[in-house]
Amino acid sequence: MRKYLIFYFFILSFAFLSLPSTAYAAPLSSDELISNAKGYDGEPVSFAGEVIGDIMFRGAHAWVNINDGESAIGVWMPGELAKKVRFTGSYKFIGDWVEITGVFHRACPEHGGDLDIHAQSIDKISTGRQKTEKFNNEKKNLALFLLGILGLVWILKLLK
Amino acid sequence: MILRPHVDDVKIIGYYLGRIILGLGLTMVVPIILGLFLGEVNPVLDFVIGLEVTMIFGLLLTKICSTDKEMGWMHGMIVVSLSWLAATLAGALPLVLSGHWSSYLDACFDAMSGFATTGLTLVENLDHLSYTHNLWRHLIMFIGGQGIVIVALSFLVKGGSGALKMYFGEGRDEKIMPNVINTSRFIWLVSIVFLVLGTLALGLVSLLNGMKPFNSFFHGACIFMAAFDTGGFAPQSQNVLYYHSLPYEIITVIIMILGAINFKLHYHVWMGNRKEIIKNIETITLFVTVFITFFVTAAGLAQTGVYPKALMLLRKGFYQLISGHTGTGYQTLYPSQLINDWNHLSLVALICAMGLGGAVCSTTGAIKMLRVGVIFKALIQDIKRIMMPEKAVVLQKIHHIRGIFLADKQVRAVFLITLAYLLLYGAGAMVGMWYGYPFINSLFESTSAAANVGLSCGVTAVSMPAGLKLTYIAQMWAGRLEFMSIFTLLGFFVAAVKGK
Repeated sequence: MRKYLIFYFFILSFAFLSLPSTAYAAPLSSDELISNAKGYDGEPVSFAGEVIGDIMFRGAHAWVNINDGESAIGVWMPGELAKKVRFTGSYKFIGDWVEITGVFHRACPEHGGDLDIHAQSIDKISTGRQKTEKFNNEKKNLALFLLGILGLVWILKLLK
Repeated sequence: MILRPHVDDVKIIGYYLGRIILGLGLTMVVPIILGLFLGEVNPVLDFVIGLEVTMIFGLLLTKICSTDKEMGWMHGMIVVSLSWLAATLAGALPLVLSGHWSSYLDACFDAMSGFATTGLTLVENLDHLSYTHNLWRHLIMFIGGQGIVIVALSFLVKGGSGALKMYFGEGRDEKIMPNVINTSRFIWLVSIVFLVLGTLALGLVSLLNGMKPFNSFFHGACIFMAAFDTGGFAPQSQNVLYYHSLPYEIITVIIMILGAINFKLHYHVWMGNRKEIIKNIETITLFVTVFITFFVTAAGLAQTGVYPKALMLLRKGFYQLISGHTGTGYQTLYPSQLINDWNHLSLVALICAMGLGGAVCSTTGAIKMLRVGVIFKALIQDIKRIMMPEKAVVLQKIHHIRGIFLADKQVRAVFLITLAYLLLYGAGAMVGMWYGYPFINSLFESTSAAANVGLSCGVTAVSMPAGLKLTYIAQMWAGRLEFMSIFTLLGFFVAAVKGK
């Protein structure tokens, strides 16, 4: 029995070590991926960030642009995965924060040499929301003050 | 002996500057209307404040400097150079109020970059910027591309000798029509017609690409304005890479080329003289220089092996090259990829393309095709002179709308401007190196700024030193105005201090 346990231990250890080092790693930053694109080319990676802009469905797939605060990277994924995204980031919205895993391409042969990630899975970390825009009273007061000055200058201009 | 400028000189300059500032302030109404339509309250306030400050300064200047005196060449040149600085300071106000620029200097950097149709940017969190501010970023490229003074010439300043002097001060070498006002209006007509067509084309492609209808046409209008005016701003942080679309890239290439063509050539083609396209020295030179620089870029990229398929190499290499050559600055690569993935051979070819630019009397910056063509023809003329008998008269002809015999005086002027550009590229590179950036990065970014291109290899960032930001602002200003009006301004200050 003990022999079997040692044997299984070695087998499992070997299997774990032989996996690509990034497969279970924490999400990489966009800066890390773009700066070391050659090293990660063709490797499975995890990347997390806010979905921004439009989700662009192209047939059975979709382009989802994800921004981690440093840069945005285009992620190509099956349409079903893209449908999980509810909010995308813009002026009035905070987009869903998602973590995707997939294969990184320094120059994707399928997409004309774009740097992209072909996602295999997507996990929603937090759901986005609509931002409530608070009226900025300081700006309003400044605008009114300047309006008064502008009126005075206008009158001054009319006086010969 | 240098004559000290008279108070009347200052008044003439102040009066016309005031009128141009007023005209510029009125353009802020456009983003205000869009902001009200979309319910973007605080961005609207940013533009109301910007409009008010601009109008106050404009009205005060026209009141204090009120004069009936005629404008001279010196006044025209100085008004133009100061107008671009005033536009930068005023245009930056709504930007900095948005909170997306970390300082007023950064906002001024983007405003100058916009007006000078460069495209280098220091904006933060662009993907969450309001539509109102995004429209303004692209609108200032449209205004700057036509020429700030052209805006005023078209709508505010009465025609006459004053208009002519300001028109030439703004880096335009040619009139299309005998009257400068009609020339300005023709430039606007061409731009508006292409704006409608370009927005429709880009909007429809975006719709088919899966973007929402409003975003499709809003992005279409913004991208058109920045592409036709060879600017390079984009509504999203990934620039043109955001769209992941070959048709989109093809349409922007066409628009960039249209923007890099001489408005005079546009006029002749519109009038039915289509043969001019293949006869004109500028289009021939553009074709030759694009071919040569792309050949070298492609050879460099083939060495790196980063794009193993021909289509990939063409899509990435040709796009950045055309974008650089036309002075647009649209990128389908991340800035650091240029340094990490491209080798020095391909980068140098791209730098050369950026430094050459498009046509005169277009929206591009840099040395420009007419000058490159003239230099080449002058070289041929000199070789002929050496080979022919001493008493032989060697004439060299170029075709630019009509046949012109090259005169030594003309060649000298061309060489002087070319030399000034080369010095400007080199000076900016030296400042970059002084701040510790590598040679190739410094030269790339400096050429991009001075030639009003906007491609970046990563030097331009919020964290870059303030001195370098100021250097690039000065380069963008000098490069866009083609030096003469800035030299005149400097001469005016020297005369004010040392004159008698």
